[in-house]
Amino acid sequence: MVGILAHSNTPSIVEFGWLIPAFPLFGSAILLAYGRRLGRASGPIATIMMIASFVVSAITFFQIVGRSAASRVYTETLYSFIRAGNFDVKVDYRIDPLSIVMLLVVTGVGSLIHLYSIGYMKGDPREGRYFSYLNLFAFSMLVLVLANNFLMMYVGWELVGLCSYLLIGFWFEKRENASAAKKAFITNRVGDFSFAIGLFLIFANLGSLDFDQVFTSAPLLAGGTATVIALLLFGGAAGKSAQIPLYVWLPDAMAGPTPVSALIHAATMVTAGVYMVARTHVFFDLSSTAGTVVAGVGVATALLAGVIAIAQDDIKRVLAYSTVSQLGFMFIGVGVGAYTAGIFHLVTHAFFKALLFLGAGSVMHAMSQRTDITKMGGLAKKIPWTMFTFVLGWLAISGFPGTAGFFSKDQILEGAYHAHQDVIWILGLIGAGLTGFYMTRLVWLTFFGKSRDEEGLHPHESPPSMVFPLVVLGVAAIIGGFLINSTPEDGRLARFLAPVVSSQSAGFVEGEASGAVSAEGSDEERPLSAGALSGLATAAGLGGVALAFAMYSGGFDWRRRRENPGVVWRTVRNKFYVDEVYQFMFTSLGRLGATTLAFVVDARWIDGFVNGIGSVTGRLAASGRRVQTGLVRSYALSLLGGGIILVGFLFARAVR
Amino acid sequence: MIQPAQYLALAAMLFAVGVAGVLIRKNALVIFMSIELMLNAVNLTLVTFSKMQGNLDGQVLAFFVMVVAAAEVVVGLAIIVSIFRRKGSASVDEFKVLKW
Repeated sequence: MVGILAHSNTPSIVEFGWLIPAFPLFGSAILLAYGRRLGRASGPIATIMMIASFVVSAITFFQIVGRSAASRVYTETLYSFIRAGNFDVKVDYRIDPLSIVMLLVVTGVGSLIHLYSIGYMKGDPREGRYFSYLNLFAFSMLVLVLANNFLMMYVGWELVGLCSYLLIGFWFEKRENASAAKKAFITNRVGDFSFAIGLFLIFANLGSLDFDQVFTSAPLLAGGTATVIALLLFGGAAGKSAQIPLYVWLPDAMAGPTPVSALIHAATMVTAGVYMVARTHVFFDLSSTAGTVVAGVGVATALLAGVIAIAQDDIKRVLAYSTVSQLGFMFIGVGVGAYTAGIFHLVTHAFFKALLFLGAGSVMHAMSQRTDITKMGGLAKKIPWTMFTFVLGWLAISGFPGTAGFFSKDQILEGAYHAHQDVIWILGLIGAGLTGFYMTRLVWLTFFGKSRDEEGLHPHESPPSMVFPLVVLGVAAIIGGFLINSTPEDGRLARFLAPVVSSQSAGFVEGEASGAVSAEGSDEERPLSAGALSGLATAAGLGGVALAFAMYSGGFDWRRRRENPGVVWRTVRNKFYVDEVYQFMFTSLGRLGATTLAFVVDARWIDGFVNGIGSVTGRLAASGRRVQTGLVRSYALSLLGGGIILVGFLFARAVR
Repeated sequence: MIQPAQYLALAAMLFAVGVAGVLIRKNALVIFMSIELMLNAVNLTLVTFSKMQGNLDGQVLAFFVMVVAAAEVVVGLAIIVSIFRRKGSASVDEFKVLKW
């Protein structure tokens, strides 16, 4: 609908939007072919491709911002992808405020992480391949984000899954890494399956996969169908964005190189689910059930992962569970209808979580790839830049007033509160407290106190190409939130995204009457003011920080406590045994089922049936072949008998 | 004047003799001769019917049968000779390897 309007504008860089994914694709192809020969040069090549892509995205952004709100949507068709009957899918791209925000995050943070990788991957024998995969990932993510129909989105969705698999298992020599890659891929497939069925339902009910057409006609759907479609789409999102019950792959995905964890498993790919829900918000607006499910799953995941993060000792694992938890917060936002807040948290999270992961990578670099924080401590003086930037990330994620995380988390909780989801709001506050707690524990054990290193390592600061991205992201983590969206109603991001994510623009108004949960429009009835909400959220976060600080810097002897752990601590440390339960439910029972099918149903029943037919035929033939005596005269006798019968028959007929 | 029915009766008798010969006798040569007897019984009926109908179709067919029978005799006798050389006997009951 809006897309057609934009075509009348004068030619501009927007029409070269296809360049954005083309750069990394080109880089990936080059590196795949010549990566081995290029060696050390492959990193800079890949980085330049990403920066080029970022520059095009940034110019596009400024051109789009310069337009009136109504003409900020631009779509362009490249060619027809599949055409069969009334199924017509085109390869096209869509540049609108929502995709622009994602473009900037993917290419911006992506560029920094590419740059960081040059230093981090130095000396790896497969550097060319690494950067090729990294560029391929950037391309895939851009396809996902730029898609203008569900199928293209699905293509990008699958491609990022593939890249994630390739990069988690990048050091496939170690068996665990290869298994982690497979686990991630298979768990994702469960979600993708649900997404695919969602697409089938959309096409079956609405006859198109094109975003504009689907969103325009979606309000005509029966309420139940909309709910089912929304839930199926969310199933896909839960797989990609690591929500209950499909979150188990993300912590294991830390087997990949740390910049990969930062780029794919913190900043970009795992947020694809949030993006997808925001993009397809029409369905979620139509069904309050689906919205509540999304928010409920989000808050449950935020809490569960937050609790697990407290008891982990591996620096990357803590951050991984933290990511799962923060993704939960984003889903609270999009679930209660505060789409802007969800996307906003996505952006700020990309800043500070990429920063924290890269910081963790820098710590590992300094500590010769050690990840156990119980053996660190006192690193602040040895690696001051890493410590300084890591602390910035810690401030942001814990929600210190003024930092990026403060604004975005506030707005999500405020959205939940205004959507009358009080339970989710209160649980979200607890989640914010948990965030403060586990992050403080992580920072304190890593950088402060006395050194607990028993191996006599000599930590050293990382090279400038690694520190520079840390500093940039550190600055973004502190001031980014204030600059982007200081208030939920008229922050810059809110105004920019409003035409895309607000219910009205999607071509229906009456949808809200059918039970849509909306963040806006119900402020008056709620007793707490915005200031009070913000105060409560901040207090929760800082409360967690203060508690952890008091425990770990003060008298709490966590090491002695560890020697005789209680049941609770052991359960949390073992991640509530979720992996073991899944192992039992799916692997063991699945194997039992497969064994039964293979050796009983198949070997006995099906093979028995087929073999039975064979042996019956054989036995029939064994007795039947006795007729063939070999005696010519007996054959002649049969011949005669046959002749007589035939003649007799003809004769009888003629007489009658 | 001999009636056509008498010719037909003769032909039927000849055919029956031929059938009996094929079924009863063991010697391949005799069986062969019995077959010839049946063929000629058929020839006789053909000629008889030809005469009764008043056209020559039956007679033409009778000549055909004779020609084909001559050719068949050539092949058949050759096979019998070959069997005799191999087995030392011309009994068809001896020769029953083509069985189950």
